[in-house]
Amino acid sequence: MNAPVSADTEHRYTLPGVTGEWEIVVGLEVHAQVLSESKLFSGASTAFGAAPNTHVSLVDAAMPGMLPVINRRCVEQAVKTGLGLNAKINLHSRFDRKNYFYPDLPQGYQISQFEFPIVGEGEIECERDDGSRFTVGVERLHLEQDAGKSIHDLDPNATYVDLNRSGVALMEIVSRPHVRSPQEAAAYVRTLRTILRYLDTCGGDMEKGQMRADVNVSVCRPGDYEAFRATNDFKHLGTRCEIKNVNSLRFIMQAIEYEARRQIEIIEDDGKIDQETRLFDANSGVTRSMRSKEEAHDYRYFPDPDLLPLVLEQSFVDGIKAGLPELPADKRRRFVDALGLSEYDASVLASDKDRADYFEAVIEGRDAKLAANWVNNELFGRLNKEGLSITESPVSPAQLGGLVDLIKDGTISGKIAKDVFEILWTEGGEPAAIVESRGLKQVTDTGEIERVIDELIAANPEQAAQVKDKPKTMGWFVGQVMKAMAGKANPQAVNEILAKKLLD
Amino acid sequence: MTDFTTLTLHEALDGLAKKDFSAREAMEAHLDAAEAAQGALNCFSVIDREHALATADASDARRAKGEAGLLEGAPLAIKDLFAVKGVETTASSNILKGFRPPYESTVTQNLWNAGATMVAKTSMDEFAMGSSNETAASGPVINPWKATGSDEALVPGGSSGGSVSALAAGISYGATGTDTGGSIRQPAAFTGLVGVKPTYGRCSRWGVVAFASSLDHPGPIAKTVKDAALLTQVMSGHDPKDSTSYPGAVPDFAAAVGRSVKGLRIGIPKEYRLEGMPADIERLWGEGAEWLKAAGAEIVEVSLPMTKYALPAYYIIAPAEASSNLARYDGMRYGQRIEGDDLIDTYEKTRAAGFGKEVQRRIMIGTYVLSAGYYDAYYVKALKVRRKILEDFNAAFEKCDALLTPATPSAAFGIGSKAKASPIEMYLNDVFTVTANIAGVPAMSVPAGLDANGLPLGLQIITKALDEETMFTVGAAIEDAAGFTAKPERWWA
Repeated sequence: MNAPVSADTEHRYTLPGVTGEWEIVVGLEVHAQVLSESKLFSGASTAFGAAPNTHVSLVDAAMPGMLPVINRRCVEQAVKTGLGLNAKINLHSRFDRKNYFYPDLPQGYQISQFEFPIVGEGEIECERDDGSRFTVGVERLHLEQDAGKSIHDLDPNATYVDLNRSGVALMEIVSRPHVRSPQEAAAYVRTLRTILRYLDTCGGDMEKGQMRADVNVSVCRPGDYEAFRATNDFKHLGTRCEIKNVNSLRFIMQAIEYEARRQIEIIEDDGKIDQETRLFDANSGVTRSMRSKEEAHDYRYFPDPDLLPLVLEQSFVDGIKAGLPELPADKRRRFVDALGLSEYDASVLASDKDRADYFEAVIEGRDAKLAANWVNNELFGRLNKEGLSITESPVSPAQLGGLVDLIKDGTISGKIAKDVFEILWTEGGEPAAIVESRGLKQVTDTGEIERVIDELIAANPEQAAQVKDKPKTMGWFVGQVMKAMAGKANPQAVNEILAKKLLD
Repeated sequence: MTDFTTLTLHEALDGLAKKDFSAREAMEAHLDAAEAAQGALNCFSVIDREHALATADASDARRAKGEAGLLEGAPLAIKDLFAVKGVETTASSNILKGFRPPYESTVTQNLWNAGATMVAKTSMDEFAMGSSNETAASGPVINPWKATGSDEALVPGGSSGGSVSALAAGISYGATGTDTGGSIRQPAAFTGLVGVKPTYGRCSRWGVVAFASSLDHPGPIAKTVKDAALLTQVMSGHDPKDSTSYPGAVPDFAAAVGRSVKGLRIGIPKEYRLEGMPADIERLWGEGAEWLKAAGAEIVEVSLPMTKYALPAYYIIAPAEASSNLARYDGMRYGQRIEGDDLIDTYEKTRAAGFGKEVQRRIMIGTYVLSAGYYDAYYVKALKVRRKILEDFNAAFEKCDALLTPATPSAAFGIGSKAKASPIEMYLNDVFTVTANIAGVPAMSVPAGLDANGLPLGLQIITKALDEETMFTVGAAIEDAAGFTAKPERWWA
């Protein structure tokens, strides 16, 4: 994890300063809500959107004498996630109490894992927008309780508390400071989300608060980061600030950009960066100090005496490992190696579980390359245009598959297929039946094509004569044939016959 | 006419079974006695006549249907630390004033399932923090016992002071207590009763207001060892709602009472011989060993070298856990709230008014020992001591089957007599009892005699984890040999 890295000049992200160039170093702590029916230490439901304070057990409300009991499902999900991040699973971990007072924290402490997390070091291979890849080290993953929700805007003089979220299981996934730009930060979180969704361990919906990130940002001079990676000595890096609870990819990028510029300005002004916790204000796009290092809470962590250490059997871990689904990186590789897709197509399709599922449903017993084209270009293009997600697609995998079949066996041309796709999108139906009933079948009868071509040559002798000198002008004839035959002529046959008649 | 106050639990169960009297009659007599004694002893936190009689009537109805349980119709006193559904449960603290839990603790539920009835809830040191029951928000509980020729009001011990005071005054056939550093055994010893702290995990902590989770042990207080064994048996059992609950089966503890001690090796830990220990206690300890020897046991000297570090370790671990456990009392969801100018002010006012001095002291100690920079020096070190103490016990139990020690370093003392002393002096009350909490091993105190002032003294029996049976066997042998029949003279009603 600390192997020396050389400067990646191609993807180097720098910010200009008065005194020279700056680079940024980012580490993220992502809080991912565990997909589970009930909470980490109680039987209350985790369902989103219920009326306030209706999913609250006696334990969640911290009634006197109540005790936590670990939810086995959440442990499985954490282990599964750890395995999906190629991380070390700690067979022995422990829950600690993190003590602080707040009305949405009924116990007065959060049960978390401080010293001994359930998952240790791992790594995530991420992809930048241009398709290039980079690796981010994961320091640890631990389980902890979420707090309730304080609602400040219902009453000018009072704060309301909703404990529905109180006690819901979170996985805190802590990255190493291996992220080097706002775009890489977004790519990291996006990749992490994809993996979690593939694993079915987190919904990944940031709008619903299922994923949130604390972003640690510092700036350094070119070369410093490489020195840090070579030595793992943080002295090479600048002082970091932690931006709490950022809840969208766009905000993460904005916050990093703003924070880095703020730090550079201070340093270039002969100032010093204070290690502190900051908040990102999405409205103004700036970060603001929340509390300084001196004001930092003393959380008084200690082992939770209500819970035994969490001891896992290797067989338990092995069982989960055996049931792991194929992960995005493996899927992408398989799409390239086994299906012959281009890196780009494979990457687009594998980067989202729902898309990949759709695609794999389409290619059942079909030509993958042609199908990939149709899914990636026609379908995704149309979905994007309409602002729909793949799960909302009006065209089902079976319909699209049927369409691909008709192209493949020459029943219709690609051009006609686009018309059929349009019909499928707006009216629905079965592709073969549509082609049949509307007479869209491609004409492969060379006799009929030849007759049309002969007529065209007879009507346009001068143009026909030109083709020998300017072969490109044959395209005009192709167009005319297609026009005459309402697009149903097999383009390959048209080309072949024209070439024979005009070039030979 | 039955004198309900002099019966033991087993005698009462016998009378109920033979229909000499009904659960209702027994309850009415107890309620009358409770109401009559409350002014003098101040041992109850709640006397709810209606609730009590309802539990008795339900019991009579069960018996009529032939569904009598092991404790059918026996009125018990319940320490105010146990949540009893619908009955005010405050841990004798102002901060929980008015709190009526909508749930029943597992231990009390086990008792009700066995047919027991509840006469009243008993006062205690606030949040079980104390050794004299002087820290209850409702004021000190008075011990029914008095020294010969003296009218000085004495403490019943603590923290389960209300429970022992009620039971010693004959108001119930058994009581629940909790023991975090000696809170069952010390008050039992101060009042001539049997107090049992079972193995950690035997009795569920679910629904018991927490003081120090890793040290809190629910357990019974009874008039005889046999009664105590039966109560322990009913209160015990695996509870999936408590992650630290022991999953194994509960043995027939009552059957261990009356077994021979012949061949048992009784360890006398030399470190329990304290300098300045009252001669009566020293003498009684020696007598106890002689009694067991005469009954066929072998007496061996053993060593528990870490004993002297137990109390300091305890006064780090217990307050540390308490400081965190008591954080939930913030006035936001239940109990008493004092409105302040803002959130922090409300917290501060609520907790300042709600918690008494001793509780505040321990929260501060606990907060201090867990804070950054002190954690390793105090808390981590205390945990190391804890492990060493457990190793001590393990080594000792290689050489013996049970340990015999004094239960307390003194007999009951006067109300307010330690008010001016340092809190440490009060903490020293737990010096013999606290090690068993730290190690989680079972321990009980059995009344063994009176001191020169006519006040009861107890002996303590400690056995290895989950071996309550040997503990009850040895306890019964001591009880047998001691022939302790003294009762406090009735002055309170």
